Amino acid sequence: MADISFVRTESHPDLPPPSSEVGIIAWLRQNLFSSWMNSLLTVAAIYALYKILPPLFSWAFFNADWSGKTYQDCTSEGACWAMIRVRFGQFMYGFYPEAERWRVNLGFLLFFGTMIPLLIEGVPGKKYFAIFVFILFPPIAFLLFYGGLGLEAVDTAQWGGLMLTMVLASVTIIVSLPLGIVFALGRRSNMPVVRMICVCFIELWRGVPLITVLFMGSVMLPLFLPPGTHFDKILRTLIVMAFFAAAYMAEVVRGGLQAIPKGQFEAAQAMGMNYWKLMGLIVLPQALKIVIPGIVNTFIGLFKDTTLVLVIGLFDFLSIIQAATTHKNWLGTSTEGYVFAACVFWIFCFGMSRYSITLERRLDTGHRN
Amino acid sequence: MTNLDTTQGTMEVSDEVAIQIIGMHKWYGDFHVLKDIDITVYRGERIVICGPSGSGKSTLIRCINRLEEHQQGQIIVDDIELTGDLKGIDAIRREVGMVFQHFNLFPHLTILENLTLAPIWVRKTPKAEAEETAMHYLERVKIPEQADKFPGQLSGGQQQRVAIARSLCMNPRIMLFDEPTSALDPEMISEVLDVMVGLAETGMTMLCVTHEMGFARKVANRVIFMDGGEIIEQNEPEEFFNNPKSERTQLFLSQILSH
Repeated sequence: MADISFVRTESHPDLPPPSSEVGIIAWLRQNLFSSWMNSLLTVAAIYALYKILPPLFSWAFFNADWSGKTYQDCTSEGACWAMIRVRFGQFMYGFYPEAERWRVNLGFLLFFGTMIPLLIEGVPGKKYFAIFVFILFPPIAFLLFYGGLGLEAVDTAQWGGLMLTMVLASVTIIVSLPLGIVFALGRRSNMPVVRMICVCFIELWRGVPLITVLFMGSVMLPLFLPPGTHFDKILRTLIVMAFFAAAYMAEVVRGGLQAIPKGQFEAAQAMGMNYWKLMGLIVLPQALKIVIPGIVNTFIGLFKDTTLVLVIGLFDFLSIIQAATTHKNWLGTSTEGYVFAACVFWIFCFGMSRYSITLERRLDTGHRN
Repeated sequence: MTNLDTTQGTMEVSDEVAIQIIGMHKWYGDFHVLKDIDITVYRGERIVICGPSGSGKSTLIRCINRLEEHQQGQIIVDDIELTGDLKGIDAIRREVGMVFQHFNLFPHLTILENLTLAPIWVRKTPKAEAEETAMHYLERVKIPEQADKFPGQLSGGQQQRVAIARSLCMNPRIMLFDEPTSALDPEMISEVLDVMVGLAETGMTMLCVTHEMGFARKVANRVIFMDGGEIIEQNEPEEFFNNPKSERTQLFLSQILSH
């Protein structure tokens, strides 16, 4: 029998990979032509793009009209972007008086100017930005948008367009997350009364369509309030939308809470942490991280759901565009209107989605083995 | 095990009572998990608790820091009796450290943050001081260079050593170990046991649920054998291993020592 003993004395050198593993050709082969089915799909997709893109570009850009006073001025074959240009101010601010629009601009400038550094990693002084956005900014925004302290009052009936959409979306988003967390914790509480209240709240708001909730807030609620109480329509809308969103948020957060292993609770308890420290320092940071996709999903849904306020007579971004396209000067421009609305909504939603992915990556500490 | 005598010789047991358990019973629903447990632990004792799985040994030590609630009898830790009183429970938990089978490090925090979190938030230690203490204990468990990593980047043995250091940062007077080596790969067990032996040498009161009989022989001053929720036998390690009195102990020892 041959000698089976073997000892390796030198290690094999690393060789460069064969051309089938790297480079453009390899990429094409792996991604587009890996099988006959894949090749077929690739060819079909290229053909579809060839059929769709040229007419789309010619409609949207090459044959489009960019200026004019009415639809009659749009004489070429393509899109009539003149409508958007003429009505742009209204799309952004609704019926907000033109002379006061700087207040809206300043308000959103302050908001985004402090929100963006808060969201970017490694910006110093985040604590101060957070204090500003969440504590100082709301009264400032109220003063700027609504008036007071020498600023002329602008009734909320005049609010509209993208500004109204942004107000509705940002307020509901910012309020619904903490509220949702509270309800999620309450639903998992050991105290039966707290748990019952939270379950009832969540199931009530989640079991009713948003349109119904909006109608209740704007039409029914005033009937139950004592006569003479004035309760602003937008404020009522904000409250019902925040509650509605909070109910969804609570369930998303609860999913995250349930994913935290029991050992984490025990380790924190064993070190003498009380309930709030345990939740605030150990459980919630991990649970929220897990459900970032769900939270952002709810945010995006909420952002688009703000368009439903048109049923209670508020002119948000979408409904003011619809109103413009039914004006006698611009009849026939509804396609342009919806395309524009879709692009703006898409930019916001895509932005949120990208940010959530960045956030997930940043917070990943590699514990999913 | 050559230095058996010297190791045990340096560790003194005082007359002061650290933990007293009197006539304690516990049920999970209908199931009677712990039956009439009586133990007195003196300060400086190193007790190893062993027994077949399901014998209630983990439940017993988890009752000591109230991760499990007992329904009858008394548990007195550091002169504080464990009742429904939350203040008393928190006070005891600050004095009693616990190391778990699955480490239970906080995966979203770095190693250093894992070690300083409880001192800062529970004991209100200033951050700089907490970090200094943390580095001291990380050096004692021989992994100071991992301070800025996350738990997910460490091996099982390293994670368990961090978990021990994390408990020590709270400056506990009693340490509980719940099967600290049973989730580890064989080659990592000794690095964790070495840390535990080192800890025993400092005079720490330790209660350890483990099947590491080598460790029991080396550091324990008492071995408790449990089966079916009862304490069947307890003795000094030499006597316990060489002269088990009860049949159940003999059977158990023959099963774990046979291979």
